[in-house]
Amino acid sequence: MYTFNFRRASNLEEAQQLHQSSSDAVYVSGGMTLIPSLKLRLASPDDVVDLSRIDGLSAISSADGVLSVGAMARHCDVAATTDIPALAALANRIGDAQVRNRGTIGGSLANNDPAADYPAAVLGLGATIHTNRRTIAGDDFFVDLFETALDDGEIIMRVDFPTPKRAAYAKFANQASKYAVVGVMVAETDSGVRVGVTGAGACAFRLTSFEDALSTNMSASALAGIDVDSSDFNSDLHASAAYRGSLVTVMAKQAVEQLTA
Amino acid sequence: MKVDLTVNGSQHTVDVADNALLSDVLRETLGLTGTHVGCDTSQCGACTVHLDGRSVKACTVLAGQADGGDVTTIEGIANGDDLHPMQVAFRANHALQCGFCTPGMIMSAIDLVQTADSPLSAEEVREGLEGNFCRCTGYHNIVKAVLDAQANM
Ligand SMILES: Cc1cc2nc3c(=O)[nH]c(=O)nc-3n(C[C@H](O)[C@H](O)[C@H](O)COP(=O)(O)OP(=O)(O)OC[C@H]3O[C@@H](n4cnc5c(N)ncnc54)[C@H](O)[C@@H]3O)c2cc1C
Ligand code: FES
Ligand code: FES
Repeated sequence: MYTFNFRRASNLEEAQQLHQSSSDAVYVSGGMTLIPSLKLRLASPDDVVDLSRIDGLSAISSADGVLSVGAMARHCDVAATTDIPALAALANRIGDAQVRNRGTIGGSLANNDPAADYPAAVLGLGATIHTNRRTIAGDDFFVDLFETALDDGEIIMRVDFPTPKRAAYAKFANQASKYAVVGVMVAETDSGVRVGVTGAGACAFRLTSFEDALSTNMSASALAGIDVDSSDFNSDLHASAAYRGSLVTVMAKQAVEQLTA
Repeated sequence: MKVDLTVNGSQHTVDVADNALLSDVLRETLGLTGTHVGCDTSQCGACTVHLDGRSVKACTVLAGQADGGDVTTIEGIANGDDLHPMQVAFRANHALQCGFCTPGMIMSAIDLVQTADSPLSAEEVREGLEGNFCRCTGYHNIVKAVLDAQANM
């Protein structure tokens, strides 16, 4: 195992301070992405700062039509929260039980894996990300492959999901890892229809052509014939870019069928 | 680094390297070799133990993250000579061949049954054990054992 110093922060100030005072530090929450990365030397920090004992970061609460999910909320906790059934169902299909018992929403979003599930929910449901420094609209959060709007040392505190009128998530999962080859969240929200897509591109994105079509007609048939440009999509041993392009339509149709059922 | 752990009911303070994994502490420091390390890459579930009551892959938890935690391993589930109902069911249903995956499989299965709201179907058991690989049995007897055990837990 790669050698580093383990630092446990008992509050936010301490976490930031430990991060700042190191020449190369990284936070750890659930560790389900970071620890495998350390073993593979994909990450090689001097200091690992543990966020898991900071009070209040794992709370989940609901008020005024908004579900607030603390950054340290584990996937299993979100899966057990029924306020937004589509979000619970999404969390319940992340990885496997042991991964869901450790992994956190904050870690997943900060990591911004192109195949992660939560980014589709943040975009599809129009969530807002609160950090220790500012508030970031979900639409501005995902920048590129493993890259987010977070600054160095910035900590996600919580994610606010406005409760949609109705929503559904469909994913074509990789059979080994369960990561999304393609996952699509379709939601009817107070601010209109939103479609968040993960797995297909360098990072999650909204598909406005689908949103427009579904705004006038919330049915799977409304998506027939809409061209999905897959020229920039990911291509790897699991799926070609063109196949991912076709999966976007298929998953979106499945989500719409679930949502209107 | 000093780490306090309650393991199978006994308290330990261990002095370990900052990069030690929970699986290292259990196997190397405490000699509890029932927790197996199959892949060391978070895939196979052979290293599954309970941390504060929930199943986790011990190869993917830093010892420091488990500080102050309550750990149960395969060595801690029998009551003296009386095997845990899940162990009894694995034996009765021939749910193991080489036995390498068995400790992790049993720890996952116990958490699965304990956290289920209603009796599990075979399908739900298969899904619930997705994080545990078995290279011998073909899973059928494992699923039978878990269905059998849930009646006695
Ligand atoms: C076998 C396996 C299968 C998986 N399958 C899936 C799947 O199907 N779908 C899916 O979406 N994911 C999957 N994952 C990934 C899993 O969901 C991770 O839990 C998640 O990506 C990272 O969360 P974490 O809390 O473990 O983060 P960590 O590993 O602790 O951290 C990840 C990164 O985020 C940073 N970070 C953590 N918390 C914060 C914070 N609060 N603020 C700022 N930065 C922070 C860390 O510095 C690090 O860079 C899988 C993982 C494994 C091991
Ligand atoms: S040894 Fe931990 S998951 Fe395989
Ligand atoms: S019994 Fe051999 S790996 Fe499961």
